[in-house]
Amino acid sequence: MASNQQVKLLGVKGSPFVARAEIALKLKGVQYEFIHESLSNKSDLLLKNNPVHKKVPVLLHNDKPVCESLVIVEYIDEAWTGSTILPSDPYHRAQARFWSKFVDDKVFPAVFKAATNPNEKEREQGGEELRESLKILENELKGKFFNGDSIGLVDIAALFIAFWLPIIQEAVGLDLYNSEKYPKLDKWGQEIMNHHVVKEVLPDRDPLLAFFKGRFRSNTPSK
Amino acid sequence: MSKGEEEVKLLGAWPSPFVLRARIALNMKSVRYEFLQETFGSKSQLLLQSNPVHKKIPVLIHGDKPVCESLIIVEYIDQVWSSPPSILPSHPYDRAVARFWAAYLDEKWFPAMKSVQGAKGEEERKALMQQLEEGLALMESAYHSVSKGKPFFGGDRVGYLDIAFGCYLGWLRVIESFSGLKLLDHAKTPGLAQWAQAFCAHDAVKPVMPETDKLIEFAKVLMAKAPPK
Repeated sequence: MASNQQVKLLGVKGSPFVARAEIALKLKGVQYEFIHESLSNKSDLLLKNNPVHKKVPVLLHNDKPVCESLVIVEYIDEAWTGSTILPSDPYHRAQARFWSKFVDDKVFPAVFKAATNPNEKEREQGGEELRESLKILENELKGKFFNGDSIGLVDIAALFIAFWLPIIQEAVGLDLYNSEKYPKLDKWGQEIMNHHVVKEVLPDRDPLLAFFKGRFRSNTPSK
Repeated sequence: MSKGEEEVKLLGAWPSPFVLRARIALNMKSVRYEFLQETFGSKSQLLLQSNPVHKKIPVLIHGDKPVCESLIIVEYIDQVWSSPPSILPSHPYDRAVARFWAAYLDEKWFPAMKSVQGAKGEEERKALMQQLEEGLALMESAYHSVSKGKPFFGGDRVGYLDIAFGCYLGWLRVIESFSGLKLLDHAKTPGLAQWAQAFCAHDAVKPVMPETDKLIEFAKVLMAKAPPK
């Protein structure tokens, strides 16, 4: 890598989306500076580089911003050589994009609906939606990782399920995802959390649990 | 048989902007395909089999392999039929910018457009129209910075972001017609107005872009069948 390349990642350590970008950078062996943002007090740097969404992560590559976690991961894969994150075969590439989009479009919203919606019926509906999505992913998982023998885009995208979902469940008292109902996903979760790069990036569990307890409990007055 | 020679089918429907994306991409690559139109209100066995997860169009079936999700289909087409014209920009950074804006359109702008029809009352409708206008102002500015003086987001040629955005033009005209308000025009969004003309006149787009009048008729049928919730 050229020594005049400057890579910065604007983020917060607890965010599953920021983690995606960090994992991708580390998989490629890219040196970067992690700039800690405060979401309640967003820096000028963040607001200037992501004026549309004002969210993390933002990757700055020689001061040029890339926003949206999956766009960032694909960018990192294309801009740096090294271990590939997306498959090179067009059909498998399309599959990888399909499933990572599935995580974002189906899993995340269901989790937040189940955990935080003030209406009990809505929370139940969210739970149903989550169970359905997890079942689909459980059936889709054929090897050690979604990407085969090594981690790829879908594994990075779905890491949320392995690490964050159990913490959220504990915070609000849910048990929709567990090793009994989803043995393959559970095994995959253990594997991916043990991956040497992922281990470096995952935040500490306890502060995250406290964070979710504080944020989510207050949204569910009937609990 | 090489990848490029296998049979290509596209499951879709003429009014859908998402299906339009796939058709434009296939046209740009001069790929011969069979267009299998779904009947409105029912889903064919082939659709349910090829897209069991979402049960939605478009689905590209290449040989026996289904590819789902319109933007994923466009990228797939660009990769498989790799001879020029390229649909994705060549530089990774430009690709990231194009993908960013396509995601913005699908996740923020289009949901507002979809909701206008079913808006409950004037207040909600006004708020949604304002959201659409703000989004178009963003796209006007994006157009200037991305096209760098050339006619298309893709530069001299239609590219990924042109397709991702241009597919919505028909329905945008429908909303303008129903509301009596201009959203994309020479006064408000001069760059986009010129771009829209050039896009709709493009060889790969013109044959497949649905006519606004037909979309209006179709919208009326939709509204008659499904009153707002």
